[in-house]
Amino acid sequence: MSTLTTNYLAPSGREEAWRFTPLSRLGGLLDAAVNIENVNSIVLQSPIEGVSLSTKSSSDLPAISISDDLASIRAREFATEVTHIEIAKEVDLSQPVLLARSGLNGKPQASRTLISVGVNAHATLILQNTGNAILSDEIEFDLAPGSNLTFVSLQEWDSKTIHLGRQHAVVSKDATFNSIVVTVGGSLVRLLPTVEYSGPGSSADLQGLYFATDGQHLEHRLFVNHNVPNAKSRVNYKGALAGDKAHTVWIGDVYIRANAEGTDTYELNRNLLLSDGARADSVPNLEIETGEIVGAGHASTTGRFDDEQLFYLSSRGIPAEVARRLVIRGFFAEIIGKIKIEEIENRLMDRIDSELSKVGA
Amino acid sequence: MSTLDIKGLQVSVATENGFTEILRGVDLTIKSGETHAIMGPNGSGKSTLAYSIAGHPKYTITGGSVTLDGVDVLAMSVDERAKAGLFLAMQYPVEVPGVSVTNFLRTAATAIRGEAPKVRTWVGEVKEAMAALNMDSNFAERSVNEGFSGGEKKRHEILQLELLKPKFAILDETDSGLDVDALRIVSEGVNRVKSNSDLGIMLITHYTRILRYIKPDFVHVFAAGKIVEEGGPELADKLEEKGYAEYTTA
Repeated sequence: MSTLTTNYLAPSGREEAWRFTPLSRLGGLLDAAVNIENVNSIVLQSPIEGVSLSTKSSSDLPAISISDDLASIRAREFATEVTHIEIAKEVDLSQPVLLARSGLNGKPQASRTLISVGVNAHATLILQNTGNAILSDEIEFDLAPGSNLTFVSLQEWDSKTIHLGRQHAVVSKDATFNSIVVTVGGSLVRLLPTVEYSGPGSSADLQGLYFATDGQHLEHRLFVNHNVPNAKSRVNYKGALAGDKAHTVWIGDVYIRANAEGTDTYELNRNLLLSDGARADSVPNLEIETGEIVGAGHASTTGRFDDEQLFYLSSRGIPAEVARRLVIRGFFAEIIGKIKIEEIENRLMDRIDSELSKVGA
Repeated sequence: MSTLDIKGLQVSVATENGFTEILRGVDLTIKSGETHAIMGPNGSGKSTLAYSIAGHPKYTITGGSVTLDGVDVLAMSVDERAKAGLFLAMQYPVEVPGVSVTNFLRTAATAIRGEAPKVRTWVGEVKEAMAALNMDSNFAERSVNEGFSGGEKKRHEILQLELLKPKFAILDETDSGLDVDALRIVSEGVNRVKSNSDLGIMLITHYTRILRYIKPDFVHVFAAGKIVEEGGPELADKLEEKGYAEYTTA
């Protein structure tokens, strides 16, 4: 890996992958002169039978996927250790596994995690990201045949946090990966929820929401690599923006390779602009190398708050600010409702409410 | 006893070619317990009258006044008008995805009543009102107006009328798109609210059909942005027979 360091070229901003990102705000994470320290940042909130967590040397547990993302390449270079979370085969966890961050110190840090889900195992993992961090983070998911993993990643960071992350799933035969990404905190968050398949009959469902206020840059770059026959994918991301210089970026790349016959994919991104001065970029890309597919489609919409909805609710006596909150909660309810844990759903809605009232939207 | 008083109301709407005047001086007084039918051809400004009173931002008031018991309605925000006792049952109720009917009704009732309704009595109140309108109980968990049929949307409007108990209701083409059974259920709902309260009604309609179920005390013919003839229920019979031709060609 040392060759990387010597040949490393920081992005200039002209690269397709970085053209939306404010490179001056990355806290040194892509700066060749900056030393990034290893942190084993993901911890289990409480032990659960069927779930184990261990720390291994990076050389003993190399990455399971190829990445062309500079941030995760650097994370691999600087993360000397890997946190390995294993879900035993055949277990069916009725309770979600709660994960949190630890050891983050607000200096440039790199963290690597591998989550392995055993054959036919069924689990939900919920990662709550909190605190002040400058973090380059990679989480890989290795889903064994027939397994079913729901991974909920909640970015509830403090306002100064810088978070570059890749969450990459390798989904094998008849396995299902469900990702729910919620980004409401942080100064700059750039996440790559990405999926590749290693066997037919596999499926991925990527849901997300982001809410950006004054000066926040929240970027989600999705990539579903349909590299096997008869796999399915769904992407549904919803974003809202309020306040000056709030910026969101959503990239949805779907690649259907020549051998991926029987692919069924659809991706959707909807953005709601709540005030002037905010900017939402939304770029769906669909590349198809075979016509022998079940379906492939995408849609992207960015619109302003619907005045007719506001009028309807107001005409029933509901004050304008309450009406706006109702509509925004309604907009996000579709995604948040999928978490299915009332306490978390309420906490996220309350966070969105309080961010809203801060910017006076 | 309350009075809704509309005097010389003039309303314009912004179009590509500047402002277009739609209401050209409307005078109408409705007292509690009275039912006034506003009848007229399409495009005569009936709906503009309804939306202007409710405060839709699309319409600009250029003259005249609307008062409720002497208080200036036009100076109020949309929600204040509802709290003052005005209700508009819309011809095209708006879909609000992700907001459940239950949540919406409770939020509205809280706003109108000034305090949250007590959970125990409220649940019963909603159930009873829904049953009276032949609405399935799973309705409450659906998003407001989303995917509702035309009839369901109108029943939902009347459900709100029952629960919010306004002083005056403006029913804008509530009969449009309803089959005979739905029309009867919706009309019975309106009549029930009226018999339980002292509701004053402005019933806007193109057809006389709904007047078989909701009996008007007064009928006003609306054409080209103002009231051109007034009378009792017998005027509706004349319209049924002769249509609006004499008003539109005049």
